[in-house]
Amino acid sequence: MCSQALVIRHLSKTYANGFQALQGIDLTVEEGDFFALLGPNGAGKSTTLGIVSSLINKTEGQIEVCGIDIDKDFATAKRQLGVVPQEFNFNQFEKVLDIVVTQGGFYGMPLAQARSRAEHYLKALGLWDKRHQASRMLSGGMKRRLMIARALVHQPKLLILDEPTAGVDIELRRSMWDFMREINAQGTTIILTTHYLEEAESLCRNIAIIDQGKIIKNSSMKSLLQELNTETFIFDTRTPLTAAVNQQTEGYQVRVLDDSSLEVDLRKGCYLNQVFHFFESQGIQVSSMRNKSNRLEELFVELVQAKNTHLETSSV
Amino acid sequence: MQFSQYRIALQTILIKEIRRFLRIWGQTLLPPAITMGLYFVIFGNLIGTRIGSMEGFTYMQFIVPGLIMMSVITNSYSNVTSSFFSTKFQRSIEEMLVSPIPNWVILVGFVLGGVARGLCVGFIVTLLSLFFTDLSLNNLFVTLLVIFMTAVLFALGGFINAMFAKKFDDIAIVPTFILTPLTYLGGVFYSIKLLPEFWQGVSLINPILYMVNTFRYGILGVSDINVVTALIVVFLFIIALFSWALWLLNRGYGIRS
Repeated sequence: MCSQALVIRHLSKTYANGFQALQGIDLTVEEGDFFALLGPNGAGKSTTLGIVSSLINKTEGQIEVCGIDIDKDFATAKRQLGVVPQEFNFNQFEKVLDIVVTQGGFYGMPLAQARSRAEHYLKALGLWDKRHQASRMLSGGMKRRLMIARALVHQPKLLILDEPTAGVDIELRRSMWDFMREINAQGTTIILTTHYLEEAESLCRNIAIIDQGKIIKNSSMKSLLQELNTETFIFDTRTPLTAAVNQQTEGYQVRVLDDSSLEVDLRKGCYLNQVFHFFESQGIQVSSMRNKSNRLEELFVELVQAKNTHLETSSV
Repeated sequence: MQFSQYRIALQTILIKEIRRFLRIWGQTLLPPAITMGLYFVIFGNLIGTRIGSMEGFTYMQFIVPGLIMMSVITNSYSNVTSSFFSTKFQRSIEEMLVSPIPNWVILVGFVLGGVARGLCVGFIVTLLSLFFTDLSLNNLFVTLLVIFMTAVLFALGGFINAMFAKKFDDIAIVPTFILTPLTYLGGVFYSIKLLPEFWQGVSLINPILYMVNTFRYGILGVSDINVVTALIVVFLFIIALFSWALWLLNRGYGIRS
């Protein structure tokens, strides 16, 4: 067992063309965590994960996987790691089962064990029926699941998922979330990058936001969401709204969307009770309510925009 | 990783490689058999009967070892170039790079895959040649040793070619402009004793000449080159290319940014 699944210290990467993708980042992921690494395109997420999984050479810095320094014993460190990359990276002409079994062989697993593990994960991910099909015949979502099965065949302690649900339909995405939750509950630490912030909010306990090669936020999901200043809710009313009910107070602002729904911005520190009290006073009966947009999405945009504005101002 | 895990990893790469060339046998095993069959018919039967004997053998008997060696050279080379380059191109090389396999195991695995195809094609061409002529065997040990070493050497060459290749055109340049001329001028169809003295000297810088002649010695017992010298030359080339290929792999040339 290791207390920290991943420790990154002062990691930097400058590509041959001079582009500095990472500017000395520090990051720690505790064992058993479900960790989100978020950032806009080109922020440095994939570079970071590429270095951890040895697909990209680092310029400087230190990385420990489950307490093993990759510069000292990369082979042992790699055994702890499973990687699901953003792009499909398997032989499109090989059969589904062969791809997973072969990966077991790369980790030195005897054939019988590799076959049995492949069967387990292909069944768990709903691909067992497709095991004799050439991988190029699979749909996009199946290809992603195939990469997850392949990454799990050696039962890694740390699983890196780089946008695992990109292009996957909602139903399948949710079943993949359940699967990820399950393997996390079984003790596998997961690092997830995604552009679906709802996904990160739903799955992850801790989060780091990276932008322009620097970590701009690193905290628990809960405390990050508490930083949100305003939350927006949509209320569906039971009966048609008859009168204008626009209302603005210090705590909240109510806007009419149409004749049966209202939008309310609720400031941090205020309570929904005040809003319900107002509705009651107006004789409005609420049949349902929901968040207008993803809370994490709002924060993410706020943080990244704030940083870019700061950079623009300081460069003037 | 322990030794047994290295063995499994190596075996996995080798099986994967063999499965690949068997799956596409119509592109890998059939064409050399047809090409060599045509060589036997045209050069051996039709033209060869007019040429007469060479080094005390019929022309057909003389060219068979060279043609077997030619098919081994081209197939062991092209197997590794196409397989490793497509692995790079499809990014499935990452499957190996993220795993704990040492680079030397990856290299040996691909090279043995190339050797397997080279020897497989060599065996098919040998069987085919038996329809056209009788083959004796002068020295089994030399025959097997030189054909294996040659396959290893050209598989290593193919690996290096694939590491440098950035597009599909790049894996065709060396076979077309270097390998084919060297093979044709490497004593496959003639004894260098037929050449003027100057061109005999020039021929000696062609490494393929050493392999073809050593193989011919193994089968027919005649060679333009000293067999021990030839084996040492091939061995030194193998050491040099293996070191170069491993160095490129350790640097991650063309596969890691």
